[in-house]
This record gives sequence, structure tokens and C-alpha cells, in this order.
Amino acid sequence: MSILTLFIIIPVLTIIGILFSKSHMQVKWVAVVGMGLQLLSAITLILLYLAERRAGNMAEVLFVQDNVWYETLNIHFFLGVDGVSVAMIGLTALVVFAGIFASWDIVDLPREFFTSLILLASGVFGFFISLDLFTMFLFYELAVIPMYLLIGIWGSGPRHYSAMKLTLMLMGGSAFILLGIIGIYFNSAPGGGQLTFDLIKISKLSIPLNVQLFLFPFLFIGFGVLGALFPFHTWSPDGHASAPTAVSMLHAGVLMKLGGYGCYRVAVFLLPQAAHQLGWIFLILATIGVIYGALGAVWQKDLKYINAYSSVSHCALVLFAILMFNQTAMNGAIMQMISHGIMTALFFALIGMIYGRTHTRFINEMGGLMKVMPFLGVAYVIAGLASLGLPGFSGFVAEMTIFVGSFQNVDTFHRVATIIAASSIVVTAVYVLRVVGTLLLGKIKNEDYETITDAKWYDKISVVALIFGITLIGMAPLWLSDMITGGLGPIMHKLLAASPGLN
Amino acid sequence: MLIMRHELLLIVITVILLIVEIFLPNTQKHKIILPAILLMAGVTILGFFPGTPGVLFGGMYQSTQLSMMLKNILNIGVLIIFIQSADWLKQEQNKEKISEFFLLMLSTLIGMNYMISSGDFLMFYIGLELATIPAAALAAYERMKEKSAEAGVKLIFTSALSSGILLYGLSMIYGTTGTMYFADVAPLITGAPLQVLAFIFFFAGMAFKISLVPFHLWTADVYEGAPVNVASFLSVISKGAAVFIFTIILYTVFFKIAVMWSELLYGITILTITVGNLFAMRQQNLKRFLAFSSIAQAGFILLGIIGQSQVGMTTVIYFALVYIFSNLGAFGVVGIISNRTGKENINDYDGLYRTNPNLSLVMMLALFSLAGIPPLAGFFGKFFLFTAAAKQGYYILVLIALINTIISLYYYLLVIKAMLLNSSDRPIEKFKSDTYTRIGLLMCVAGMVIIGFASSIYEMVFNLSFGLY
Repeated sequence: MSILTLFIIIPVLTIIGILFSKSHMQVKWVAVVGMGLQLLSAITLILLYLAERRAGNMAEVLFVQDNVWYETLNIHFFLGVDGVSVAMIGLTALVVFAGIFASWDIVDLPREFFTSLILLASGVFGFFISLDLFTMFLFYELAVIPMYLLIGIWGSGPRHYSAMKLTLMLMGGSAFILLGIIGIYFNSAPGGGQLTFDLIKISKLSIPLNVQLFLFPFLFIGFGVLGALFPFHTWSPDGHASAPTAVSMLHAGVLMKLGGYGCYRVAVFLLPQAAHQLGWIFLILATIGVIYGALGAVWQKDLKYINAYSSVSHCALVLFAILMFNQTAMNGAIMQMISHGIMTALFFALIGMIYGRTHTRFINEMGGLMKVMPFLGVAYVIAGLASLGLPGFSGFVAEMTIFVGSFQNVDTFHRVATIIAASSIVVTAVYVLRVVGTLLLGKIKNEDYETITDAKWYDKISVVALIFGITLIGMAPLWLSDMITGGLGPIMHKLLAASPGLN
Repeated sequence: MLIMRHELLLIVITVILLIVEIFLPNTQKHKIILPAILLMAGVTILGFFPGTPGVLFGGMYQSTQLSMMLKNILNIGVLIIFIQSADWLKQEQNKEKISEFFLLMLSTLIGMNYMISSGDFLMFYIGLELATIPAAALAAYERMKEKSAEAGVKLIFTSALSSGILLYGLSMIYGTTGTMYFADVAPLITGAPLQVLAFIFFFAGMAFKISLVPFHLWTADVYEGAPVNVASFLSVISKGAAVFIFTIILYTVFFKIAVMWSELLYGITILTITVGNLFAMRQQNLKRFLAFSSIAQAGFILLGIIGQSQVGMTTVIYFALVYIFSNLGAFGVVGIISNRTGKENINDYDGLYRTNPNLSLVMMLALFSLAGIPPLAGFFGKFFLFTAAAKQGYYILVLIALINTIISLYYYLLVIKAMLLNSSDRPIEKFKSDTYTRIGLLMCVAGMVIIGFASSIYEMVFNLSFGLY
């Protein structure tokens, strides 16, 4: 049994523990212990992975566990990780851990809340460690469905509408993915023989070009819906604005990464020739998304909407970088996923905490909050600076890598796209600084705010854990970058072989 | 040794129950519930003992490993319905006719068993009629209610009509081949125009039973009028049995004209799924809602049949098994709430989770399983059905079906929304359901959770199934 099994067993045990808990307090502590253990196993996994690689183990995936599940259909319960998935698991564990503390105030049905939250998390963990397309898809849907209850029951605003819209759009995406997966399955044995869902095996063979061209749009759009690909991003602002704090954190921080990761791991990795031929269409869409999201954020007045649009922009940048098809940009894409995951989780956590104290999310109604809650104020400034890509924080490392990588493509089309996308940094600076200015600085606009208190201990744990993540990556990015580069080897090799030689 | 074991066992317990019922005074009729359930449980368990395949009556009746498994599946379903009905049967208005419920249901089950084991169209037809006529009596069970009586009449009329059409088709088959035995008919099917017409009539007759669009019009009215437990019987057991024998006959008798019937099924599948889904969205009454949802589910089953392969038949049977547990779970909850409060509309379920959390959870699991959400069994069932259809290259069909799963998710979520998200001034009051209902629902939940993970069930079905090639 490999260490990866823990990432499924711990959530299941935690859920069972929560169901048998007597009081609200006990529910929360069981969740904390469970997800704390999960975070510890994630850190252990990172260390073990680095040690293995340093010891010279160059296998494509490590910690493999392969059990046959449905024999006649050749479905396996196949777990394994490479550098990219290890990094994503670390991100997920951190965000989920912080999310538990950020939802410490939940009063209504806490048992159900934490069960759904951890169910969602287990879906995400399962997705990242699966190497079998069937189980991957299973975990993908498992991660999406609890969202409906989480937003619908504990959300705010037009929560019923947002929850339904989000669920149906994401499940629509998953319908596309399902078709793509089945299509790949039936083309996984070109020379006859046993069909397979095994991602590694499929990546070793080449699927006929016409099949690739048919399946690629389904898979890329399917995952792209979750990755906020323009124009399929519309669920995201509504969903985030209505969701409770921890759910926004998990959703923007982790769940949207499933989309980017799926595009990278399934669509581009398995169908590289089609990716080369059709990539330009999606590159245009991604570029539009980057700019559109950033401009959208400038227009918004509601803190959550600002951050949701900013997420659309940042996630589109991930897809943008993936579609550049070169090592540096791809590396930047993964870095951006992790950086944005932690950063946006921090943003949503802070917004939730601020809202809990001021009972408004409109920036015009607030002001001078730095005076009454210095801790949250400083944390917000840090998150903002990370978001606009200040050196020293993770955002800088990621965006720098992406744009350097993108600019390596010498043709005009890619250059123009890169220039347009890079200009979003300026727009980001506009909305981040504007929010920080009106929200935190200046005079206190409402005298009720004089009496509000700063962060509680559980708020602090959540915030500090996330800030630690941002600065760690910002200050010492090399280990992460190396780890990711190691994982990118096979896909780059495949993309290069499939390259038509034009660019 | 006993080739006709399943049928004989059922006949024996029917006779036992008849005798017991004679000696029960009118005020004591409810005492038959427990023995009936126990006897049915006994039969279900005995059915699982390995039996010997064989042929009786010169090939009219044939028992195979496959047919035994199908009968076991139906037995489980009927057992769950018996258990779920106990609470309803104990009610005042039913107390004089409790035994009739069991006797009628057992007769239909016997009919279905003969139908599944038939090796000849005559036996098939006799089984079909035996399965249909008591079902109509069951639909009219609450005869003092106008709607129930209406349901019974509607069911018997449509059944009679569809049987007539089917019989006409069978007569043409006899006319062109000179025999009624499946094995003898099969090689003589050449696709001659009269045979095609015969097939269409046969198909139409079966489509009535499975309630495929455009032969579905009776379904919603009958389900709405019939008692909930009878509606669940019609939607699960009756439909399941018809699907089983339909698949077997398509694969064993009409395989030579597979090209023709797969085109026909292609169109019917799209129609059935889409129409079922679109109508389900508009329903307020949960029985009508489940009726249209079950029409759509039947359309999904066709995806497996159209697969024409061993995988195709496997997925059909596997999905039917999953569907039995999921749909019985949903009907079970609707049934108990209808008995206790008389409420059957989706609006009435507002805020149900706050007052009856366990029932809402079962309902939620059942609906998620019907919608095909992992890790429940419905997900596996649907996934495999899509695989079976895609294996034949029907990617467009799969895509249409997939879009329909999203539509179906929408209306299943509407019920979940009512139960968990909405709040109400006058929610359904908290009540304690009886032990029978709890056991019945627990069996459904266990089925929904376990069947997906236990791949051995799928493998077992696979080993017994067969395809065209």
C-alpha cells in the first residue's frame, strides 16, 4: 500500500468521525485533526518525493499503487504522482486546512457542512493522485457535486440560483469530459488488444489524428469550464459571490485548478497533435479571458466579485501558459496554479473575515479598516501585493516564468497574444491598489466600525498558514520549480514529438 | 434438479398465503404481512443457490444461468417492495384486502419469471399476460379512490391494446416462419417486409410495457393514480422484466435484422430520453415526476441494448439492478411520506431535511444515484451504458444522452433543493417511520452504495451475458 492511499482513507475516516460526533465543537475538532493529518501527509509526501528524486529514482510516476477494479473493462484503481501532482496535493492540503479554520463560525448544520467540505476535498485529492481516467473522472464529479449543497445551504445572496448555475455548468463540462474519456478509451489499443483507461499507457501510444481532432475540443472545453475558460466562466463570479468563505477558498483555490490540471494532464498530454493544431483557438479565448477578467474586476464594487473576476483572469493565464507548449511557460502554468490557489484562498478568507465584522462587501461603504483591524489589514495588503506580482511573493515567480516562456515563441501570433496578456498585470495593479486604498486606508466611514475587533485565533491560523505558503514559494521557488520541471519531462517530450515543426 | 425452481417456489408460497388467508378472521388480516415478507425473503435466498440449467415442455421453457440471475434480481426488488408496503397496508382502508396485495404481486412475479424463461413466443405471451392483468388489479387497489380506479382501467386498456398489437406481430412471425420457438424462428428471420412489420408490431407492444416514447402516454396517469408502492412496482419490476426479455429476444431471435432495429432504437432512444426529461422538469406531483424520470431512465437502458455486444447486455442488466435499488429508494420515501401526511408535491417537501433528516438523506442518495453521481451505483451504471453505446461508435447518441443527464440532474436537484435548501412555514412534521420502512430503505441505500464498488457483481453479470458477436 502506498502513501497515496492515505489521501483517500483520511478524509473517509474524518467524515465517519464527524458523523459520530456529539457536539458542534467536536465536529470542528475532528475536521481539524483529520485535515491536519492530511496536511502532514502532504508535507511528508513532498519530502519523500524530493528524497526519491535526489536518490536518483527517475521513474515517470512514483509511489505507484495499481489494483484491478473492473477486470473486463480494464478499469484500475491506479494511483501515482509526479512532480506536478505532488505540488497540487500540497496546495490542496494547505487550502483545505486553512478552510476548516476559516469556517469556524458556521452555526447552521455544522456536521453537514464539514462533511460536504471534506467530501469535496477528498474528490480533489483523489483526482490529483489518480492515473486511471475512470477513477479520475469519478473523483472529478465527486468534487463538483458537494458544491451544490455548500453554496445552496450555507451561501448568501442569490444562492439557489448561483448553486444551480454552477452545478449545471460544471456537470455540463463533465459530460464533455466523459465523452472525451470514452473516446480515448476506445482508441487506446490501436493494434488490437486490451483497451485501457491507464493514463501512462495511453500517453505512450499515438491516437490517430482525426480522432484527436474530434476529442480534443470536448476534453479541453470540458475541463476548461472548470478552469474558467472564456466564455464558459460565467458560473464563477456568481458562484464565488454566493458561496460561504471556506467554499470560495476551496473552489477558487483548488477546484478551479482541477480544470487547468485536467487540460494539461488529459487534453494536451494525451492528444498533443490536436493540441498543436487547435491550440490557437483556445489561446485566443484564454487571452480574452485574461484581459476580460482583469477589466471585469476593475468594474466591480463587491469584494467577492472583484476577487472572482480576478480569479477568472488568473486561471485563464494558466490555460494561456499551457497552450504555449514550451517548458518554461508550462512550468509557469503550474506555478501560477499553486500561487493563485494559495493567494486567492487567502483573499477569500480575508473577505469572509472582513464581511463577518462589517456585514457588507461593498468597498464604497468601508474605509479605514486598517485602524481597527491591523492584522487583517496587513494580511490583505500582502495578498494584494502577491496578486499584482510583487517580487518576493509567489505571484511574481509564476507570472514572470509564464511571460518569459511565452515570449520564447517567436511567431507574431504568440508574441501579440503574450503582449496583450502581459498588459493584464497593469490592470491587476489598478484594482488591487484601488481596493486596498478605499478599504483599508483613509478615514473610518461608519462609526459602527470603531468597535469591531481584529482577527480571532482561528482566523489567524488560517491566514498565517496561507501567507507562509505565498512567501515560501516567493522567496525560495527553486525546489518547487525543479520538482515541477521533473514532472513536465514526459509531456514536453510528447509535445515536441508531435510538433508540426512550424513554430 | 428442479429446473423450474423459481416459479415453483413462488407458486408454493402463493398457495400457502392463500390458505393462511382463509383462516385469518377479517380483523386479523394484518397478521399476514410478516409471514408474507419472510416467505418472500426465503424464496429470494433459495433462488441464489446454484441451479441446473435445463429445458422443459420441449423447449417452451428454458432455464439458464442468466434467467436464474434475472429472476433473483426481480425477487430482490419484490422483496423490498413487500417490506416497504407494510406501513401502507396496515392503514385502515386497506385492512380487509392485505392478502390480495401479496397474492396479486406474486402472480405477476410468476408471470414475469415464465416470461424470462420462455423459449417460445407462446410461453412468452402467456407470461406477459400473467404479469400484466394482476398489475392492473393492483393499480386499482385503492378502488374507493377515483384516481386509483381510473389508473386500473387505463392500465388494463393500454395493456390489452399493446398485447393485441404484440400478438398480431407474433402471428405474422408464425405466418412467415411456421414456428413459435425462438431457436427455430431465429435462422428464418430474413428481413422480408412482412417480418419487418411483424417486428415493428412486436416492438410496439414491448415499448408499451417499457413505456418508451411515443408509447408512454399511460405511464404518468397510471403512476399518479395507483398507490405509491404499486407505482414503484410498475416502474421498477414490471419495466425491468420487460427490458430483460426484450433484450434477450432482440439478441437471440432478431439478431439477423440487427441493423434495422438498431436504427429504430437509435431514434426511439433519443425521443424517450429527451421527452421523458423535458416532461419531468415540469412536474409538481412526485409520482408523476418519478414516472417521467423512469421513462427517461428506460431510454438510457436502450443505450445498452443498442450496444449489441456482450458488454451491452451486461450493462443493461447491471443498470436495471442499480435502477431497482435507486428507484425503490426514491419511491419508498415518497410512499412513507404520502402515507403519513398525504403530501405528494415537491413544494410540500420544502424544509424536509430539518424535520426528517434521515428520510431526506435517503431521498437525496436515491436521486443522486438516478442522476448518476459518484460514488453511488448509478454513476457506474450510466458510465457503462455510455461505454456500451460508444463501443458501437454511436458517439452522437452518447453526446445527446450526456446532455440529457445534465437536464435530468437539474430536475433531480429541484427535489433536493426543496428538501435541503428551501425553508417552509409549514414543513412536513417530524414522524417516526416503522421498522419495515427503515429496513426497506436501508436495503436500498446499501444497494446503491455497495453495487458500484463491488466490481464482482458486474463481472458476474458479464460472465452470464451474451452479445451478437
